[in-house]
Amino acid sequence: MRYIEPHGHMVSRTTDDYQDMVTAGCAAVCEPAFWAGFDRSSVHGFRDYFRQLTEYEPARAAKYGLPHYCWLCINPKESEDVALATDVIGIIPEFLKCPTVLGIGEIGLNKNSRNEMKVLEMHVDLAARHDQLILVHTPHLEDKLKGTKLILDVLKADSRIRPERVLIDHVEEHTVRIVLDRGHWAGMTLYPISKCTPARAVDILDQHGSERLWMNSACDWGESVPLAIPRTALEMRRRGWTAEAIDRVVYQNPVRFLSQNPRFKLTL
Amino acid sequence: MLARMTRQQVLDLYFMDARCKLIELAAFLDRVDRGTGDADFRLTAFREAMKHLADGEPKRAEAVLLSLSDPTIEPIAKAPGKGAVGAWPGRA
Repeated sequence: MRYIEPHGHMVSRTTDDYQDMVTAGCAAVCEPAFWAGFDRSSVHGFRDYFRQLTEYEPARAAKYGLPHYCWLCINPKESEDVALATDVIGIIPEFLKCPTVLGIGEIGLNKNSRNEMKVLEMHVDLAARHDQLILVHTPHLEDKLKGTKLILDVLKADSRIRPERVLIDHVEEHTVRIVLDRGHWAGMTLYPISKCTPARAVDILDQHGSERLWMNSACDWGESVPLAIPRTALEMRRRGWTAEAIDRVVYQNPVRFLSQNPRFKLTL
Repeated sequence: MLARMTRQQVLDLYFMDARCKLIELAAFLDRVDRGTGDADFRLTAFREAMKHLADGEPKRAEAVLLSLSDPTIEPIAKAPGKGAVGAWPGRA
């Protein structure tokens, strides 16, 4: 089989994971900017991180024949500090010309605070001014429903944003419909404890169709499984999905969305 | 909505897994009962959410998630931290 990993925080993973992913059929990996597990103290830390995402990590992935792309932003977990966020958003245009940058992400909300909303609006404005794709993180657990609704309203309020160029990630049963009904793409994250299990993800596909949905492992430094997509493909197979229908979800759909940025090219 | 599997196929594929999780759930509640001291809002929220398992309505997973969600609509003044705990304290 072949698949795209559209959301993996590979800076947190070992080269063994790259080997396993490629062995399992991964044809490209896309890495959104995220929280390091601690707050960075200045914009300089972000400049180094963006260099890691645009220079070092693509080279590391290339050793295994795997194209590596990235998204840039200051993650919602660090958005309470609006002054820092303003500084970080100010340096992002320097990196938008890099050949592996796909857009702005993963932006969004974490605890649904006013400052997080301000920074989200700044990111959306940045994406609109530079005609970038957007990848959105929705909050965790009890905060997801409210945060998803707030994010959708921010996107709707900016007339420059075309819904089909925005993917809203980490949807679950209670948020997937409202995202799809706004014309956006939706991502299901396959986690062992929170977000979606493989069985629930396939339930969502069965109930809502696979037109604008993708799946990702969002593997990072927490409990996560880099091979979650191929394992979910196995779940689909056990439930009677054809090889073509599985391919549409795990490969063709991410290619359709990501190819809206002409930089996204597959070598396999 | 697609119905790719018969009920028999669903049972064949998922019954043992669901049985395991059901016993884990029961054991968790027993463990809480054996504990000492007061429980916080999460246990109340958990018991409320569990009611959806037996109400016979469709979309139980969605109902459980909604039951554990913050239903308010206004942004909060300031983020109290970074984490989430899985249930909204406002219902307790």
